[in-house]
Amino acid sequence: MEVAQARSDAPASPQPTRSPRRTQDYLTIALFLAPAFILFLIFLVYPIFSSLYFSLFNWNGLGPAVDFVSLDNFKQILTDQVFMKAVGDCLLIVVLSLIIQLPLALALAIMVGRDLPGRAFFRAVFFMPYVLSEVITAIIWMGLFSADPSRGLINALLILIPGVQPQGFLSNIHQVLLCVFVVLSWKYFGLHMLLYMAGLQNIPKEVEEAALIDGANRWQLTTNVTIPLLGSTIRTTIYLSVLGSLTQFTLVWIMTKGGPVNASEFMATYMYRFGFVRFMLGYGSAVALVMLLICLAFSVAYLRLARQPDYLGGM
Amino acid sequence: MSRKMYTILSIMLIGAFALAACGPAAPKTVTINWWHISTADPGLSFWAGLAKQYMTDHPNVTINITVLENEAFKTKLTTVMQSGNPPDIFQSWGGGDMNAQVQAGMLQDITPALDANSGAWRQTFGAGALSVYAYQGKNYGVPWDMGMVGWWYNKDLFAKAGITDTPTTWSDFLNDVKKLEAAGITPIALGEGDKWPGMHIWMYLATRIGGEAAFDAAYSQKGSFTDPAFIQAFQKLQDLIALQPFQPGYLSATHDDMEGYFGNGKAAMELTGQWGPSVETADSADKKGVANLGFFNFPSVEGGVGKNTDVCGGGNGFAIGKNAPPEAIDFVKFLTNATNEAQMAKLGMGIPPVAGAESGLTDPNMLAVKQNVANATYFQLYYDQYLPPAMGSALNDSVQTIFAATATPQQAAQAIEDSAKQNLK
Repeated sequence: MEVAQARSDAPASPQPTRSPRRTQDYLTIALFLAPAFILFLIFLVYPIFSSLYFSLFNWNGLGPAVDFVSLDNFKQILTDQVFMKAVGDCLLIVVLSLIIQLPLALALAIMVGRDLPGRAFFRAVFFMPYVLSEVITAIIWMGLFSADPSRGLINALLILIPGVQPQGFLSNIHQVLLCVFVVLSWKYFGLHMLLYMAGLQNIPKEVEEAALIDGANRWQLTTNVTIPLLGSTIRTTIYLSVLGSLTQFTLVWIMTKGGPVNASEFMATYMYRFGFVRFMLGYGSAVALVMLLICLAFSVAYLRLARQPDYLGGM
Repeated sequence: MSRKMYTILSIMLIGAFALAACGPAAPKTVTINWWHISTADPGLSFWAGLAKQYMTDHPNVTINITVLENEAFKTKLTTVMQSGNPPDIFQSWGGGDMNAQVQAGMLQDITPALDANSGAWRQTFGAGALSVYAYQGKNYGVPWDMGMVGWWYNKDLFAKAGITDTPTTWSDFLNDVKKLEAAGITPIALGEGDKWPGMHIWMYLATRIGGEAAFDAAYSQKGSFTDPAFIQAFQKLQDLIALQPFQPGYLSATHDDMEGYFGNGKAAMELTGQWGPSVETADSADKKGVANLGFFNFPSVEGGVGKNTDVCGGGNGFAIGKNAPPEAIDFVKFLTNATNEAQMAKLGMGIPPVAGAESGLTDPNMLAVKQNVANATYFQLYYDQYLPPAMGSALNDSVQTIFAATATPQQAAQAIEDSAKQNLK
């Protein structure tokens, strides 16, 4: 009865009278979609295609682009050692984030998400860096990392240890990338921690209680129950972390400008260097497209490989 | 009653309009957009004061000043250039950057204004300084400061290290660096994070070794940036770097860091332009700067063909945007008149390239700089500014690889030459 009633409204067969109604529906949908879609076209689709156009030119950004070079820009990118280094640096940060930053965030989430005394305080403290703007973060850490012990806190503390020399940090080509990673981790682990904490709240108490009743200890509970049930959150944070590392710009540019001598070059700083420092906007556009392709390839592959529905179980 | 009121009011209003229409035509109101990069005093207040004075004298003119930091200015300027809407008046260093702007049709040809009244305005400028803002015989801007790069040094620290005379040859110079180090003083402050401060050292070495001929050959691409003069300049630079004469962290330090370090009396020397004294003072912790400041020419290099009187440097000017109203040109004329330029010199902001403004220049160091520029046997605008923008930036990057020891002189020179092949035609 119920079903029949509910369906009595639906068309039994396509009838001419239905057609205007459906058109109207589409029109309504189109009207509601239009504002967002038009913005999407102007600010996302159009720039991508104009980049594609400019990437075929040698163009300094002043006046119209006339020096057509076909695919030379792309050839140059793929043979440029500095770009390869930038890709390598991005990948290194991705790997370091996945093996250090995310596990740390997870551990902290499990700690402060439960019954640690004063956990509200720790939660606020750990999340605070994420609230700071990237520029402010960069400037604070530049001060901390200063190579001059009379100005940099870290070096001032280091030289208190007998036999330790002040370190170059951001000015040392072997240390700079690690320094950048420390700052990125400091800034973003709070976000991941928050996501994990939200995920933890979705885990039913009963499941964990059942495990405890069955005799699981704290470690077994965490590794066999909690973390598997956090699977979808973990996959989301991995996705965010990888994409964030691949497109990282602001912090790095302000702290190091990709230097010294490309020692902390990321894809985005490389793009900016050519686009807006050397004013080779054609080349910069080509770099942006290569970046887009890399990120897109990762996204598609990751979504297909890793984001299976949760009921398939486990991670 | 209210209707009567309206009637009276209407009549009054109509009358007012009629009277206004009959009165003398008020001058059209114009707005001038002016971008400069003097983010600190004395420059900041000096420019603001002049704008205010001009607006008081010309009530129809409104001047909007945008103050930007050096690097931010370059980025923002390019962005507005792409939209085809440059500021009416803006900071310029002439050279390759300006030429690119001219080619794109972003600047206004002010040759007629300079030549009006049989060249009255043109004659106020030194010809060499004015020519920096000319391209293919047409003027697009005017200089307000013209000077040179040289070694600024702290006399007290030199005395402390037992150095009595300033060095005149490169080996003397290296010896003095060693003496300073022996006395526990950081010999040189350098902001190599910004790249161009270190490039100045290499530029001078190349000029001293190869002279005008070497650069001309490379620039015209009859020669090359891998010619011996440039390679040797890198080798001499390596000799200096091997002594580790710079402050800790110089590889990522900015130009302001360098000026601050020198201004705080922690390093004995810095190689910088005529803005050195005012910027090191502004960037020092106590805003007083180096008490006993001296200046000496870049030393000659043994065996080099460049003369000791060859000068590298440049200055500051104002370029005129393509949409600028005539009032903008008049305002720049006001900014660069002898009275204001003398005041500018008195504040230590730069060296006036304007006749009749010398009176403002009293500081002996600044007078020495002006003398050197006036007597230059060869004046080379900073390489990175003179060359097309993409190449200037590639050149700065290459010099930094020598400081970081990630490239050999041959590799660094080759990188510059590769960029030259793309950009110099």
